[in-house]
Amino acid sequence: MTVQRNDWSLQRKGIMDQERHRERVREAIRKNLGSIVSNESIILSDGKKTVKIPIRSLDEYKFRYNYRKQKQVGQGNGNSKVGDVIAKEAKPGKGATGQGSAGSAAGQEYYEAEVDIDELAGLIFEDLQLPYLQEKAKKAIPSTQTKFTEIRRAGVLSNLDKRRTILENIRRNARERKKAEIGGFKKEDLRFKTWEQDVKYESNAVVIAMMDVSGSMGEFKKYVARSFYFWMVRFLKTKYDNVDIVFISHHTEAKEVTEEQFFTQGESGGTVVSSAYKLALSIIKERYNPRDWNIYPFHFSDGDNYYSDNDEAVKLADELISTCNLFGYGEIGDEGASSYRRSSGALLSIFRDNLKKKDRFIGVRIDSKEDVYPALKQFFGKRGTRI
Amino acid sequence: MMVDKEVKALEDALEKIWNIAIRNGLDPFPVRFEIVPAAVMYEIGSYALPGRYSHWTFGKAYHRMKTMYDLGLSKIYEVVINTNPAYAFLLETNSLLQNMMVMAHVLGHVDFFKNNIYFSKTNRRMIDSASLHAQRISEYEFKYGRKVIEEFLDAVLSIEEHVDPDFFINKKQPSSKQASAVATSAYDDLWNLDKLKQTKTDKVEKKTERKDLPTKDLVYFIMQNSPVLEDWQRDIMAMIHDEMLYFVPQMQTKIMNEGWASYWHARIMRELDLDTKDHLEFAELHSSVVSPHKNQLNPYYLGYKIFEDIERRWNEPTKEEREKYGRKGGEGRAKIFEVRELDNDISFLRNYLTRELCEELDLFVYQLVDEEDWKITDKNWQKVRDTLVSNMTNFGFPYIEVVDDDYNRNRELFLRHRYEGVELDIPYAKKVLEYVYKLWGRTVHLETVVDNETTVYRFNGKDHSED
Repeated sequence: MTVQRNDWSLQRKGIMDQERHRERVREAIRKNLGSIVSNESIILSDGKKTVKIPIRSLDEYKFRYNYRKQKQVGQGNGNSKVGDVIAKEAKPGKGATGQGSAGSAAGQEYYEAEVDIDELAGLIFEDLQLPYLQEKAKKAIPSTQTKFTEIRRAGVLSNLDKRRTILENIRRNARERKKAEIGGFKKEDLRFKTWEQDVKYESNAVVIAMMDVSGSMGEFKKYVARSFYFWMVRFLKTKYDNVDIVFISHHTEAKEVTEEQFFTQGESGGTVVSSAYKLALSIIKERYNPRDWNIYPFHFSDGDNYYSDNDEAVKLADELISTCNLFGYGEIGDEGASSYRRSSGALLSIFRDNLKKKDRFIGVRIDSKEDVYPALKQFFGKRGTRI
Repeated sequence: MMVDKEVKALEDALEKIWNIAIRNGLDPFPVRFEIVPAAVMYEIGSYALPGRYSHWTFGKAYHRMKTMYDLGLSKIYEVVINTNPAYAFLLETNSLLQNMMVMAHVLGHVDFFKNNIYFSKTNRRMIDSASLHAQRISEYEFKYGRKVIEEFLDAVLSIEEHVDPDFFINKKQPSSKQASAVATSAYDDLWNLDKLKQTKTDKVEKKTERKDLPTKDLVYFIMQNSPVLEDWQRDIMAMIHDEMLYFVPQMQTKIMNEGWASYWHARIMRELDLDTKDHLEFAELHSSVVSPHKNQLNPYYLGYKIFEDIERRWNEPTKEEREKYGRKGGEGRAKIFEVRELDNDISFLRNYLTRELCEELDLFVYQLVDEEDWKITDKNWQKVRDTLVSNMTNFGFPYIEVVDDDYNRNRELFLRHRYEGVELDIPYAKKVLEYVYKLWGRTVHLETVVDNETTVYRFNGKDHSED
């Protein structure tokens, strides 16, 4: 019978295995970016720093009972009665997505990893960038960088340029003793690096985010567009310090709105796509001269354009393309609908058939939340980069 | 930090506590108490044994427990290991009085480990075995790669609870189990369903029955008979099997074990002459351990109340009990010692959870109603008892057994869930089938009941199917 205290300071197993677990979390996130990108709790997180992400592969799967069909025993405080409700079952898929179909039968509670949203953005944007980025003059976005540019004879010892110092030493030895060798360093051999602040001029970029808010854009469609723009904005704000973003929402008429209005406002009415393009063109004309700016218009719609407006839309899209680096168009289908069930307008196929400069056009179709990530990758892929 | 003076004070207290325990008839193994910092405490708590093998699931548990502690949401007061001598770990931030109560509690646990019949076969040198296992597994990691071992462990751990608690008995008489299984008439309807199925698949000739089937020990059976496992893989399975057999008695006696330890910490602390201040602190602590959680069942509390109730009923039997069962009275102590020796949670609840207790504790049955509300649906004490017992059967896990290892004459593995009214979580079961496939290397079938229909799920390495 003893009481002891020992030195446990070398005990590290828990921490090491905790790290193994973390690795699994990161790996799982990487594999699941597709569904994470369109995860509601993130898109609607409103500036929270960390988000909880359900990660199925980190569940510890066992044979277990379907707890929703199992009776349990509980304990009351002395006056419980038959019929008392002691808890509410969490409803699956509440919020913007309508009915959450995935796995609603059983096994609801899965492992949720708490992840820093910036870390997540880092993983998502690992290899994304603005395509067709071109050097354009003026109104540069300044970014300063420290560069070692000069060599001097005096300086701080920590900035000693060893290679040049040795070279000078060999040279002097060769000069004075006719022997090119290292040795007998003197103060005059020493060379120091000095630096200067280098102002680097990056290209300007403006993204013109357009979204259809007409009546035919249901909750799901708006949500998809929203999640796409959510990441786009985050992406632009992380990779490029000063990218301008213009938000235009439209139904039959287009208007410029704030970021907040853009994501929260709902409207109704029909769809006249050309109205948005017209406004975009006039904004470009007024504020963003294509000589100075890289311009990226992106437009999300359900493709349900007024038939009579299609020609006009194509014409203006062509005009946009000729002034811009890349024109992106995302057509959002009904949730779960496959491609053969296209809606009537099908602007995407009209664009594909009729646009003149197709290499600067990217059109994608999004039918499910999982398509958002591939769409992001398509829009911001590495292809066509010219700097 | 605790200084040596405090260690001395603890040792003195321990001596008193030990003497009181022995005087009251407790018979524990010698115990080595160690005072440890929180990080170590939570590490041992999350691995259940010090020095156990590495796996991310332990890391996950550790992280969760440690975070809860850091946030002040929960606290473990002690961890006790069933070995001889037993090891118990005390949190260095505990006060002297907290540690006294914890030590008394621990002696209750250790007495239970030593004397309860279900523990009679446990490996009392499990710490040594576990660290040997850990060493071997880490050698395999070195040899075959960490990922490979991790993935293999993922698969094995998915079925680790499916071992046979009577493993030691069965090994000697492999056929007795099968006979009893067939004789169980409670499953007649199922056997019939089974026969129906057989007529359908009659083309497949029925082979001679194997003597070791059916078996509920999936881990052991797969380890022995899998067509694809390599030696090191079988070795890992044997180690996991070993460790699970060690843990099974603890899973079978959770309520009793905690109840018994709580009963004894209360008795022992009462016999120590505490001053008023200490007594208040103890009373507060004791009531936080053995109090009902909101709407949930606290095993400490339930076990504690039942032991007290048994003692009372055998000390002061009613007239009826005297006449009907011949209880003389004053036998309370002897009776609870008998119970701690011979029962497990299931028999404990079945035999000693009375109507009066159910009412006093305000126990109820609840379930999900209309997919929306968790509602109290029954307060009948027999229903309460039976629900508790059935949820605890097979320590809360569905009863799965191997029935055929040459199904379709193709060495396919056929598992059966012995359905007793509660369905499996099917998405989970499918995932486990994928893991079992990894271990077996051929198609794995699982028969269960969904919506009152016998359904067979299978996974062939690529696709899931069912009929």
